[in-house]
Amino acid sequence: MNTDRPPPSIPPVTEADLHAFVDGRLPAERQVEIAAYLAARPEDAQRLEAYRAHKRELHALFDPVLDEQPPQRLLKSARPRAVPQTPWYLQRLAAGIAIAVISGATGWGLRGGLPAGGDDAGRMAAAAPAERGLTLASAGGFAQRAAVAHAVYSPDPRRPVEVDAAHEDQLVAWLSKRMGAPMKPPYLQAQGYTLEGGRLLPGGQGPVAQFMYRNELGSKLTLYVSNDVADVGSAAGPDKALQASVKNTDTAFRFAREGVVNVFYWVDGPFGYALSSDADRSVLAQVSAEVYRQLGTPR
Amino acid sequence: MQDDASLLSWVPRLRRYSRALVNNRDDADDLVQDTLERAWAKSNLWGGVADMRAWLFSIMHNLHVDGVRRPRLHTVTMDDDTPEVPVAPTQTDRLAVLDLQAALDLLPVEQKEVLLLVTLEDMAYADVAQALGIPIGTVMSRLSRGRERLRGLMEGRAEPVRLKVVK
Repeated sequence: MNTDRPPPSIPPVTEADLHAFVDGRLPAERQVEIAAYLAARPEDAQRLEAYRAHKRELHALFDPVLDEQPPQRLLKSARPRAVPQTPWYLQRLAAGIAIAVISGATGWGLRGGLPAGGDDAGRMAAAAPAERGLTLASAGGFAQRAAVAHAVYSPDPRRPVEVDAAHEDQLVAWLSKRMGAPMKPPYLQAQGYTLEGGRLLPGGQGPVAQFMYRNELGSKLTLYVSNDVADVGSAAGPDKALQASVKNTDTAFRFAREGVVNVFYWVDGPFGYALSSDADRSVLAQVSAEVYRQLGTPR
Repeated sequence: MQDDASLLSWVPRLRRYSRALVNNRDDADDLVQDTLERAWAKSNLWGGVADMRAWLFSIMHNLHVDGVRRPRLHTVTMDDDTPEVPVAPTQTDRLAVLDLQAALDLLPVEQKEVLLLVTLEDMAYADVAQALGIPIGTVMSRLSRGRERLRGLMEGRAEPVRLKVVK
């Protein structure tokens, strides 16, 4: 068909030519040739007219964005000195909480800050970090989630908990059911903390229980319990012998600091625990020891 | 040489393209913000960048492709086994003519990018090839398929529109 066209002097017209014609990308001479070519092919001409219409409509639809006032965050990012040290989405996610997981290599002198004696002291003394298969990254994630959950819920004056301590029976029944294991909040009156209640939260892999306590000064303390140990890090570390030598111990206590929130966390059997508070590290260490003592006791 | 003001001057165009690509104001601005920050992080390379526009759009392209690949809410195309989602009865014709925005969202991202850079950004084909890191022949074939697909969708000739459900 159309064997007489285009005339031999005109190079063959390709699909690319047609698009370049629509986009005005051809030399003037070629543009004229294509126009002549299309004059004899109404279907192609119609098709190209549709492409032109798309172009007009796209501009009509999106050109108004050019005149919008860009949000401040974009203007800030466009300026050189405003480049944040960490990506903005992480900053936003952590809501200004700086991540400062204490390096396992440096360790810290916990054993001096605690009363000696008993299993707890042994556990503390064994707190040589980063050798029980707890990776800093995974454990840091667990501790960070606990700290963020603490930072989000503890200052809430109206709804710090989902179920309050007046309904502790219901709280225990509910959380135990959802966690698939008995969840009983430890009693920390001796440490000055009273149970306020608790809630269920999403963790890294599944549900997490959070219990909230408060002392008479209004300082909050949250206990974050995950029954997915993979969430915390591998509980079964490579050094089984060492592990077995510490009675009923899966990992040592670890300490992390997220902004103003101090976190102690550890793995005990199938559970990962994190205790968060803005209280001093020494206070938190004592409470952690008590929590560990109570939860480790068969009930 | 690029300075403070010149990166600011790209913001409106980056936003326009991003908005057309992503079709969600916040996500689109997130993409622009990531692009700007990536560009600043690589500002030591600016001296060797011949075409700042192609370079910035190539950063955005890479971020977008990464973002698209990143797992988000899992969406599945409905099939015969999926229960029907009630659709508002306003749609009388199964082959309804789609508006441009809806049709655009149904294009594969590869075709959409080429189409938007050529039409909205009015970029030369060679610059599109550079920005997307593909041969110019691929640019032309994606442009051709994208335009034709868009036309089909808008004229109601296309394959039936498949609803997506969020699982």
